[in-house]
Amino acid sequence: MRRIISILMENQPGALSRVVGLFSQRNYNINSLTVAPTEDESLSRLTLTTVGDDRKIEQIIKHLNKLVDVAKLVDLTEGAHIEREMMLIKVKATGAQRAELKRVADIFRGVVVDITPTMYTIQLTGTSDKLDGFIAALAGTPILEVVRSGVSGIARGEKVLSL
Amino acid sequence: MAQLSGGDALIRALHDEGVELIFGYPGGAALHIYDAIFNQDKVEHILVRHEQAATHAADGYARATGKPGVVLVTSGPGATNAITGIATAFMDSIPMVVISGQVASDAIGSDAFQETDMIGVSRPIVKHSFMVQTPQEIPETIKKAFFIATTGRPGPVVIDIPKDITDPSVKFEYSYPEAVRIRSYSPPVKGHSGQIKKAVEILMEARKPVIYSGGGVIQGEGAELLTALVRKLGYPVTNTLMGLGAYPATDKQFLGMLGMHGTYEANMAMHESDVILAVGARFDDRVTNSDVSKFCPDARILHIDIDPAAISKTVTAHVPIVGPVAPVLKEMLELVESSKTGVDSEALKAWWEKIDHWRARKCLAVANADNDVIKPQQAIQALFEVTGGDAYITSDVGQHQMFAAQYYHFDKPRRWINSGGLGTMGFGLPAAMGVQLAFPQAVVACVTGEGSIQMNIQELATCRQCALPVKIVNLNNKALGMVKQWQDMQYGGRHSHSTYADSLPDFVKLAESYGHAGVKIEKLSELKSKMAEAFAMKDKLVFIDIAVDPEEHVYPMAIRGGYMSEMFLSKTERT
Ligand SMILES: Cc1ncc(C[n+]2csc(CCOP(=O)(O)OP(=O)(O)O)c2C)c(N)n1
Ligand SMILES: [Mg+2]
Repeated sequence: MRRIISILMENQPGALSRVVGLFSQRNYNINSLTVAPTEDESLSRLTLTTVGDDRKIEQIIKHLNKLVDVAKLVDLTEGAHIEREMMLIKVKATGAQRAELKRVADIFRGVVVDITPTMYTIQLTGTSDKLDGFIAALAGTPILEVVRSGVSGIARGEKVLSL
Repeated sequence: MAQLSGGDALIRALHDEGVELIFGYPGGAALHIYDAIFNQDKVEHILVRHEQAATHAADGYARATGKPGVVLVTSGPGATNAITGIATAFMDSIPMVVISGQVASDAIGSDAFQETDMIGVSRPIVKHSFMVQTPQEIPETIKKAFFIATTGRPGPVVIDIPKDITDPSVKFEYSYPEAVRIRSYSPPVKGHSGQIKKAVEILMEARKPVIYSGGGVIQGEGAELLTALVRKLGYPVTNTLMGLGAYPATDKQFLGMLGMHGTYEANMAMHESDVILAVGARFDDRVTNSDVSKFCPDARILHIDIDPAAISKTVTAHVPIVGPVAPVLKEMLELVESSKTGVDSEALKAWWEKIDHWRARKCLAVANADNDVIKPQQAIQALFEVTGGDAYITSDVGQHQMFAAQYYHFDKPRRWINSGGLGTMGFGLPAAMGVQLAFPQAVVACVTGEGSIQMNIQELATCRQCALPVKIVNLNNKALGMVKQWQDMQYGGRHSHSTYADSLPDFVKLAESYGHAGVKIEKLSELKSKMAEAFAMKDKLVFIDIAVDPEEHVYPMAIRGGYMSEMFLSKTERT
């Protein structure tokens, strides 16, 4: 099953490489990863998605928790949560296709953020599934470039991940 | 407070941390630090002959004393030479602090002379690491490093220090912190009482219990409590290779070591048990054999470990208890002592009868060879007798290691010092130096093979310089015996690169050339007397080179992929 693991860790040199290293060292997969400092500059929030059965995920979580730089973490997929990913996608847009593409982008609440006579750059935010859906909906349109931010997420309701 | 340079502050901080001894080897990036060592007399430095030996010596010191071992090496090759020893300590959860010199801050990343990314290279084999950015950070970094290395599940910590940080001309006001708090690091201090209660209930109801204890009991200073608990319950107990000495091996409740080369009775009892209390042991594949689905099919597992990641990693625990072994065992003991029901003595009697039946098989019996040839097992038996069972025994890796584990009966913790997790040949001699330096009056023997000893033989020089009277017990079978055994058993006897033609040195002469003594033993009839003579040379390092039967295999040996009850018992018998 796909999991979203959200980590609060020291904003220290080397901390990120320890997290990433753990995954390669123990033969786990990282599907996506985002990291940036929080409102408290001394802490970073890292969100990663990975796939595994319960046993594997339990091990991943335990090993992540063992890292000295990791302060706290949560498997967001265990409860109600909000998941977002941002995508910038450059597609070929000429002739009649331009209007059609704009319509599809609207349906997905995408925004055209840059144009040239032959191209659109569309920005889209949502769950990873929604981004995948958008790409699928473009079937037939030549895609020139896709940039995805990786997933970030937060628990719904009053639950917070903080020190 | 004193104005100190980074180099002086480093050594001063080590002293303030209680460090008496460090093992190291100098080089460019560490020279400011070495000058600081020269200018004081509180922290003693032992010059080894290879950085790997520095780490093993510090490791041996740590295993024997329970205190962290400390290592100092230079950048580049100094640092990379230390890697094997750091990995060895990491696998066996040994507290160690390794300080490595680094090229100056402004040269980092430029492929400078002797530059290696030590933080990167060591990352997967350390508990944590620090790169020091300013001289002022030194005291706190040292404090943190020792705190992390010695608490929770212990392990090695690397501190990488660029050369400019220890520059003698840059001074700052030194003070050593009394304590540190690391907000993202809080090892458990006790176990969950509800879980402990649940475990004790299951344990007391058991009909065929086994207590399986590992290195964590020794690291966690839990040997006395474990012994008290085992005695109180009257249950059988087995130790892992790392756990030998946690329970007195000469006691009748002890079944011997378990696992790949465990005793028949220990492995049979595990296999047939209904409840296993695992204490500070990690169900590693040398215990469980390769197919965990076949591991102890009827047993409910109660697992105590300080590391949550060690619990249910390979074998699922029915009752997990995360916590340091000593306080958990103490709580258990109190519950057992105050229990009104007591154990199922009827069932226990039947269980012991069964175990005695397995014991009667005498899986470790040794028959004399023909022609006065010495069996390696007999060499260890002689060692046990000559030292009264009271020596510190370090070991290398191979058949000799298994024979030592099987035939030297350890009654006390911290007496058996071997590389269990990584299985590092070359560990034994430098580890023995660390032990001997920690306990100058103690009898310290290194059980080794002619293969392993040559991996760190240069340390004979360190032993000479420091006058360390280590006794080297070389079970010389003229081969990489353990490799050869596997080749005999699994590769049709094709001895691919496991023998050395005629290239073995004369170890006696070699030892003598370093100024040590050497004794050669070739006949069973002379084994005990010559060994006693060697050990009587109390002030000397004696290299005891024992020609042993080269055809001998280690048995019992688990049958790969089988149940724990499936073992080869000799070249011709299996269960
Ligand atoms: C550094 C290292 N290299 C290789 C091995 C693989 N290995 C395990 S036992 C062994 C043979 C050891 O020979 P020796 O020290 O003579 O001991 P014996 O088995 O003959 O008693 C080897 C090569 C190892 N454990 N460590
Ligand atoms: Mg050998």
